[in-house]
Amino acid sequence: MEAILSQYETVALNDVKVWFKAAPVKDFPIDGGVCVKYKEKQIAVFNFQLNNAWYACQNVCPHKMEMVLSRGMIGDDKGMPKVACPMHKKTFSLETGENLNGDLDAIATYPVKIEDNFVYIGFSE
Amino acid sequence: MKSILVIGNGMVGYKFCEKFVAKEGAEKFKITVFGEEPRPAYDRVHLSSFFENGDAKALEMAPRSWYEEHNIELITNERVTDIHRATKTISTISDKTYTYDYLVLATGSSPFVPAIKGIEKKGVFVYRTIEDLEGMMAYADALKKRNPEAKAAVLGGGLLGLEAAKAVMDMGLEPHVVEFAPKLMPRQLDTRGSNVLKNKLETMGIHIHMSKATNKILGDDAITGMEFGEYDKINVEMLVVSAGIKPRDELAKTCDLAMGVRGGIVVNNKMQTNDESIFAIGEVALYNNMIYGLVAPGYEMADVAADQILGKTETLMAADIDMSTKLKLIGVDVASFGEPFMPVEKGYSILFENKTKDLYKRINVSHDGKKLLGGILIGDASDYNMFHQIYLNGLPIPEDAEELIIGSRGEGGKSFGSAMDIPDAAQVCSCESVTKGTICNSIKDGSCNNLADVIAKTKVTTGCGGCKPMVVDLVNETLKSLGKEVKETICEHFEYTRQELYGILKIKKVTTFNEALSTCGKGKGCETCKPLVASIFASLYNDTANKEAVIQDSNDKFLANIQRNGTYSVVPRIPGGEITPDKLIAIGLVGKKYDLYTKITGGQRIDLFGAQLNDLPAIWKELIDAGFESGHAYGKSLRTVKSCVGSSWCRYGMDESVGFAIDLENRYKGLRSPHKIKGGVSGCIRECAEARGKDFGVIAVDGGWNLYVGGNGGATPKHALLLAEQIDNATAIKYLDRFLMYYIRTAAPLMRTATWLEKLEGGIEQLKKIVIDDIFNIAEELEIEMQSLVDAYQCEWKEAIENEEVKSKFKHFVNSDESDDNLVFVPMRDQKMPKSWEN
Repeated sequence: MEAILSQYETVALNDVKVWFKAAPVKDFPIDGGVCVKYKEKQIAVFNFQLNNAWYACQNVCPHKMEMVLSRGMIGDDKGMPKVACPMHKKTFSLETGENLNGDLDAIATYPVKIEDNFVYIGFSE
Repeated sequence: MKSILVIGNGMVGYKFCEKFVAKEGAEKFKITVFGEEPRPAYDRVHLSSFFENGDAKALEMAPRSWYEEHNIELITNERVTDIHRATKTISTISDKTYTYDYLVLATGSSPFVPAIKGIEKKGVFVYRTIEDLEGMMAYADALKKRNPEAKAAVLGGGLLGLEAAKAVMDMGLEPHVVEFAPKLMPRQLDTRGSNVLKNKLETMGIHIHMSKATNKILGDDAITGMEFGEYDKINVEMLVVSAGIKPRDELAKTCDLAMGVRGGIVVNNKMQTNDESIFAIGEVALYNNMIYGLVAPGYEMADVAADQILGKTETLMAADIDMSTKLKLIGVDVASFGEPFMPVEKGYSILFENKTKDLYKRINVSHDGKKLLGGILIGDASDYNMFHQIYLNGLPIPEDAEELIIGSRGEGGKSFGSAMDIPDAAQVCSCESVTKGTICNSIKDGSCNNLADVIAKTKVTTGCGGCKPMVVDLVNETLKSLGKEVKETICEHFEYTRQELYGILKIKKVTTFNEALSTCGKGKGCETCKPLVASIFASLYNDTANKEAVIQDSNDKFLANIQRNGTYSVVPRIPGGEITPDKLIAIGLVGKKYDLYTKITGGQRIDLFGAQLNDLPAIWKELIDAGFESGHAYGKSLRTVKSCVGSSWCRYGMDESVGFAIDLENRYKGLRSPHKIKGGVSGCIRECAEARGKDFGVIAVDGGWNLYVGGNGGATPKHALLLAEQIDNATAIKYLDRFLMYYIRTAAPLMRTATWLEKLEGGIEQLKKIVIDDIFNIAEELEIEMQSLVDAYQCEWKEAIENEEVKSKFKHFVNSDESDDNLVFVPMRDQKMPKSWEN
């Protein structure tokens, strides 16, 4: 269990060493999420059009360790963009990764950029 | 670091740990907990709910990981056998030794089994642990196979005995309660109260035998009956003994701690035994020469012991322990507070009894008429919280005390003040020791804005939940006093109730979520309002869940039920439970090909588990080619219409139940609603389809069908109520159209028909007026709306596999065709299951 979680650490924009070219923008549902595979990692990516922003975070929910966050609904909690895990509706900030409705560990978040209609996710390795 | 050993991991033992680790200074102690049962502490009070959902986890006080997180060592399946006070050590059954600085005995109690001849026979059970209940369930199952009409008795008509009777009834056995005393719940109720309760329970199918002393358990190897007197016996094939408790005080004997004459370990008001480093709490502790069998005093004791160990020696157990209690017993409110019985020298009693409504209220008032001393409420305990507070705090009562139970004349309404009148120091939640002041101040100081905030901050209502109505009042009144509007709104994005939003979206013909947000909402939506709006769209336009996938709830999004490891289950529709051998083979082939775990559901269809997201379209393609449609098992929508075999084959059948069930299921399939809807059709009053346990049920009688609505199984089972009698098929459909549509329009989110009907002002009589007499003049409109939904039906799985864009979302990765490689399955009984959650 710990092994799964330890793979995921928040990457700040300044620390990005690799911009991974994930998939064309058209493959990402508007105001929804999908999962991107990068090496052994599973990353949930959200095209949050209502917020005019893209977000990426670990796909694994720290509650029961299921690879499902990309299938969750997104929305906002008093303005803070969030994702709700489809399993038990644990919600996490897409900006800080913090668990908004409980005291689970924060999830790791990753920078996203769009270039030439492609979605790139930033990793430090 | 000092060591605390807690012996016993029951509710009170757990509560000690929870309270202790939350206190200042706790980090200087290492706690080790011993439990002799295989699992961590669970909620025994709600044991009968284990029977309903079979989910032992749901009863858990806290998961194993909680103990780890708080640095508590939890050792289960290990009985402590000896205490050695001289060396401050204990030893366990497997001969391990542990040293303590403080020892907390929370060993609880075991059922008292009276020495009746034959009580050792097979089929005699006690009712205390999950294992006991599992044993009963296995025995009852075997019994029913031999004899579908088997009877079972419960020895003891106290609180726990009546709970056990419910469990027995739920197992499908005819329940008989045998009580030695001339009344039920002898400690809490007077004779009149007991009679009212008895009548009510008897109408529910529980047989009550009072003033019976059991001489003998009959039978050779297994129980076949109970004998009371020479000619007085009953034939029962199972017996559950619930005749009281005896403290588990064996350990005290091994080390010479002071004990009561009839058992229990003697403690002082610090919860200390005569050895000052040993504490005893809960049902094993003898305090004031009494064993307290309720949870609240047990929790209080846990708190006192925790403070004492931490050196906060001013925390002491109160001299008088409040034994007031309110519970819902098999759906009947029963409450008793203060002094339920009144000695003449202390005061007088006022009684109110209405036999036709199974209502009984009694209050005991001091001679000067100024104080409420206690009372009993049966059938309707909605005033319990207020009475309890008046009693606890000595609040003033009306000059004419009878107004408390019969209401004041003239003005109407309640004759006592609001919850706001009680003093700030009054304890509203005794499980978590939360006062009125704490609740109100958490709102006044701005740290909480609503009920959910208050619960999260103070833990109020999280114990037995009995205080919830009062807490809701306090929160709402405080908010009002601060000028904040109180409304059961959907969420921060839509400040409307579901019914209001339904009306707005309908009138403004809103068809997308973003349009809904811009028309009458704000912000970006959330996991509460998105599926709710999706459900309203489905009810208004019969949109399938494919239309706006990103606002659909977890299951609707992929048209399948998400299961424990993120795989999905697949349930094709089998209307009325009727299926051809060819179709059975088709399901079998699909299950085999995709390696799915298969199980028959409670709704007479077949569930296939463990399907990976990327396999779902292929699985459904094969099912649809074989003639199946989506079963909507994933939606808040019509699930199944269950049927018995009916008059085509059954020699008792009065009408063709299967055919009618198929018609109804096909009519309402795909219908989305505030919650799931289930139906049933039985061909005669033997009711093999359990139609009265459904949201709607029709039962064939002489001269037509009887139509019942508003039943359900689930956590609070409820029988459906009779809406119309002896009607033909067309009329049944007409009334059902109106009923369902009216429910869909007006219910709150996630509210089943049973709760909705309970909350509908005027109840079933009002519903009859709306559905049958059409007093609101909306019947035609409801029928038209329903017909348009029926006409707009399409199988959303067929739509999904035929539309490339929809189909393309069934992939685990957007940039790879691989499946999730984290899935691990383990074998189970010739099939497979997901590897269990470790945390």
